[in-house]
Amino acid sequence: MSMAIRNGRSMRKKDTLWHQVRINRASYLLMAPYFTLFFLFTVLPVLMSVYLSFNYFNMLEMPRWVGWANYIKLLLEDDIFIISLRNTLLFAVVTGPVSYLLCLLFAWIINEFRPKVRAFLTLVFYAPSICGNAYMIWNLILTGDRYGYLNGILLRTGILNEPILWMQTEKFVMPVLIVVQLWLSLGTGFLSFIAGLQTVDKGLYEAAAIDGVKNRWQELWFVTLPAMKPQLMFGAVMQITQSFAVADISIALAGNPSVNYSGATIVTHLLDYGSTRLDMGYASAIATILFLLMVGTNKLVQRILRRVGE
Amino acid sequence: MTGMEKAKISRLFSRMPHRKPAELSPEEETALRQKRLAKIYRKMKRQSGKKKLNRSTAGNAVLFILMGICGVFMVLPLVMILNNAVKPLDELYQYPPRIFVRNPTLNNFTDLYVLLNESWVPFSRYILNTIIITVGGMTGHVIIASMAAYPLAKNHFPGKKILFSVVVLSMMFSWTVTQIPQYLIISWLGINNTYAALVLPAWSFGMGLYLMKQFMEQLPDSLMESARLQGANEWQIFWRIVMPNVKPAWLTLAIFQFQQMWANTGSMFLRSEELKPLQYALQQITSGGVSRAGAGAAVTFLIAAVPIIFFLICQSSIMETMTTSGMKD
Repeated sequence: MSMAIRNGRSMRKKDTLWHQVRINRASYLLMAPYFTLFFLFTVLPVLMSVYLSFNYFNMLEMPRWVGWANYIKLLLEDDIFIISLRNTLLFAVVTGPVSYLLCLLFAWIINEFRPKVRAFLTLVFYAPSICGNAYMIWNLILTGDRYGYLNGILLRTGILNEPILWMQTEKFVMPVLIVVQLWLSLGTGFLSFIAGLQTVDKGLYEAAAIDGVKNRWQELWFVTLPAMKPQLMFGAVMQITQSFAVADISIALAGNPSVNYSGATIVTHLLDYGSTRLDMGYASAIATILFLLMVGTNKLVQRILRRVGE
Repeated sequence: MTGMEKAKISRLFSRMPHRKPAELSPEEETALRQKRLAKIYRKMKRQSGKKKLNRSTAGNAVLFILMGICGVFMVLPLVMILNNAVKPLDELYQYPPRIFVRNPTLNNFTDLYVLLNESWVPFSRYILNTIIITVGGMTGHVIIASMAAYPLAKNHFPGKKILFSVVVLSMMFSWTVTQIPQYLIISWLGINNTYAALVLPAWSFGMGLYLMKQFMEQLPDSLMESARLQGANEWQIFWRIVMPNVKPAWLTLAIFQFQQMWANTGSMFLRSEELKPLQYALQQITSGGVSRAGAGAAVTFLIAAVPIIFFLICQSSIMETMTTSGMKD
């Protein structure tokens, strides 16, 4: 490969590109099936959505071009969007890093066990993510009358005198949703960390022990984390896409719209316009703004992650 | 000591906390290295008996208690589903609901069995549909996403960077709004109301490629170089060398993809009853109201059980890979 690039460089610029494409045709062939489907079913729909964000589109009539109107309305006139933006950022800032660290911590601890125990423990912690809408169980815990589990416990221990309507009281909605989101956090990132830990070369640990790594925290920082940097990057992207896109739990527990929009997130706002009010153009504009937000965060996080193990 | 090990250890040196800044003269550097080697030698002598690091007991206790508490909360939905499946009707409707069953019964499953025999499309047909959609969507994605991930991770060619960034960025666009354009595209292609309408988009998910690429990146280049010297072509390198070495990655991807395809009811694209998957048929039962509550609980259990079994199989093979295979170089 390196020889080929060197040859390419000695030629004229126009030849270089064509030459490199030609000598790498096996690579392009391997990528062809995936990227054909990817552009067809993923990239094209995204481009169409971005186009729709400049239109009024109610899914019955043909899209009508409205220019920047959706964005202007969204950013300047839509109060609820501002609330949902604030809630989403709160989610991202709190659950994002905490979930990420939890994934890493639990994957790392589980890795110390024997393989059979490890597979079982992985299931225990992945359980909320594997059984579909497992968060519905929180409806039982948070029931607003005295029979809700949380109210029951607090009444019995004398902390409360009367039951609290958890999901109907504005100030409790976001904290509760954050707890539930954290409970759900051991998902994609967690499993990829578990797999990543399996690929760390065991020889590295022995070498590190000889070299003066004293405790397991040093071992984690100087050996394990640098060795699984690619997985850390992956986990971070997954974490960003998840914590910015919180919607299901908010809708299931607080409803959509929630009390005074206290549990509104960008995606619940999007769903409100996309599936209830059938204003697909506006929903697409929301999605585009959300996308830009995630891209920016991703840039920042990747920069931080490059410093791991230094 | 092989070359690889040496390289690894020197890489390690560069990360150690006691590392001196780079502006040392060559003599000083040699002296430092000799000092370090002497230290290593002494340590090796001391540690020849035990290989593992000291792990403090108090630290262990704290970690395990923390894990225990979290574990109980997290396994709660599983316990609930399992118990509901064997609860008699009166316990299912008890208020406030209890988590644990008092008089376990298998009536829910017999009820479900009777119900299934009454469905006008033979029940086995739903199972077949699900197998085609789930297995097809999973294996196809794992294979073609890995095929694309290998050159992106290991080869250098024009367009590599941009292709990869597009994949990563695509995961950040809300799926809710791309659904409608995707539906239009599937209609244009004329694959609406076929298995392909569910399976082909699933093959193009961004996450699989990203995951595989990240794991493949870690493989040492020497692995591919030596295969190339022995005359292997790119496909052979990919299939015989790269894939076996990233087994934990594609097993993990298989878990994600299985879960996603299994949960797909296909209600957006499949209109013919005889193409619909199990998930759809079973959801009809759970939405059947009071009289179906028992069968519904059994259904919920069965729907959850299959991905869990698949998960356990994959996870234990992930664990095995590391005990059996030494390492990749």
